[in-house]
Amino acid sequence: MKWQADILIKGQTHGEVLRLDAPISFWGGISPRSSEVTLASHPQFGVKISHKILVIPEMIGSSSSSAVLLELIYKGIGPRGLILGAGDAILPIGVVIAQQMEWGSIPILKLPSAPFVSGDQLVLEESGQILKISH
Amino acid sequence: MQLSQIEKAILSGDAGTPGNTMAMEIVVAAARMLGADELVEIESSHIDGCLYHGDSGVLFCEKLANDGARVKVPTTTNVGALNLLKPDQCRLSPDEKKMAYRLMVAHETMGCAPSWTCTPYQAGARPKLGQQVAWGESNAVAFTNSVLGARTNRYGDFLDIACAISARAPYIGLHKPENRKAKLVIDVTGLNPILRKQDAFCPVLGSMIGRLVGDTVCVVRGMPPSATDDQLKAFCAGVASTGAVGLVHIAGVTPEAPDLATALGHVPAVKIIKVTHDMVIEARDRLSLASAGPIDSMALGSPHFSYDECQTFLKLAGDQSFVVPVYICMGRHTLEQLQLDGSDIQLVELGVELVIDTCVVVTPILPAGSGVMMTNSAKFAHYANSNTGHQPVFGTLSDCVVSAQAGHVIWDEEVWL
Repeated sequence: MKWQADILIKGQTHGEVLRLDAPISFWGGISPRSSEVTLASHPQFGVKISHKILVIPEMIGSSSSSAVLLELIYKGIGPRGLILGAGDAILPIGVVIAQQMEWGSIPILKLPSAPFVSGDQLVLEESGQILKISH
Repeated sequence: MQLSQIEKAILSGDAGTPGNTMAMEIVVAAARMLGADELVEIESSHIDGCLYHGDSGVLFCEKLANDGARVKVPTTTNVGALNLLKPDQCRLSPDEKKMAYRLMVAHETMGCAPSWTCTPYQAGARPKLGQQVAWGESNAVAFTNSVLGARTNRYGDFLDIACAISARAPYIGLHKPENRKAKLVIDVTGLNPILRKQDAFCPVLGSMIGRLVGDTVCVVRGMPPSATDDQLKAFCAGVASTGAVGLVHIAGVTPEAPDLATALGHVPAVKIIKVTHDMVIEARDRLSLASAGPIDSMALGSPHFSYDECQTFLKLAGDQSFVVPVYICMGRHTLEQLQLDGSDIQLVELGVELVIDTCVVVTPILPAGSGVMMTNSAKFAHYANSNTGHQPVFGTLSDCVVSAQAGHVIWDEEVWL
């Protein structure tokens, strides 16, 4: 199966999906030290987002979230890619800075109602196309 | 996207320093992602990105500074992670303190005025009606948009400083007049007029409205025209901590709402929400996670306390000391005013811990571990538990003072009739 997403940050990657089943703000919701979800009331509480393709249907926008994503990429414990349910400039700004600092980059795509669940194996292509390999 | 000659020249590196190019690239990238067609010139900025979250942000700001980036518009700084007048006050590790300090220094190097406050609008930075600005810090965004009528979106880490350096922001959202009209009416005329004048009503109403409106612009009907700067500050902080909206009109009070119809752009409201007394009490009670009982600390000043608020506090406290630690967070602008008449010494003699340049929910100052923290701030109440592990109890300023003197929660219910 293939889906065409909008590109917020261009790039290619592949890996396992982690779906965040409730809205989250990276600041106050994800530890910049360990990449763990630290919000006690969140369904993915305690799970590490490191090296996953994160599917985030709904964000809550703390404006410091870009700093948390940047810190994760800087430490090499960031996600491999993001699939957002809606447009957002806060998280992509973290990646733009990481690119400028030459710390690496990850693709960020926008796909409303993305049907992916945790455990799915995806390929994200530079064109914004998403391929599902298996669950 | 349409860019001017100078914007293109900075972007390509033909004009300005490498730091200017980097900043312009960030502003243009944000504009593309937000769907803006052009950039708008801004006249001032307030930077939220000087609070330490990790080494990466420090290295980035130092690179900007070293590459010659300097702010092009008057720019103030929000709180940092340190009280620079008393660095031992916070429990960050020596390494973290060093990095937090380097981040603050990098902002000064880039030409920011070192205000280190979340209330720049009470420290002389008051943009004028209709001015385009790029401000960060949610309460300051809500205040400058709503109370002053300047135009900004909610700018966050890195984009704020990039806008200040470029003197540009993506022209979208609340920068555009057509997006500043209210769609919802929040009607408080059904509430007791005496309750509507209470200081503590403002943060409670604000936190309720934030939850009700999400990111929709609304207009409040029925607030007394006598609302003070400090009351509006507490109201805006309440709205901004629970909601995603950066602008709330108050009919007869705020400049873009001389009356209800103007605030609505002479278009009927999509919805009118009538606030009941029960809704107020429910919103008030949501600000307390702990129930009545012993308290471990009391904290004031989110947003930063003003000179007037300190004077009210001193009157309420009398000469009776406190049995739990009391923290008052403020900027240097307030401290300097207090020093003129010796009020700062009065506060210290009462046992108050003055927290300057920072605040107790953004950096570890409260005792490690858990505890119950009483406050009159909706914003402290909202963030205390997740950021500090302390459970908030909300009360009026008077409740806070008598409770800190007694060591347990004392609520005056008459305020809420």
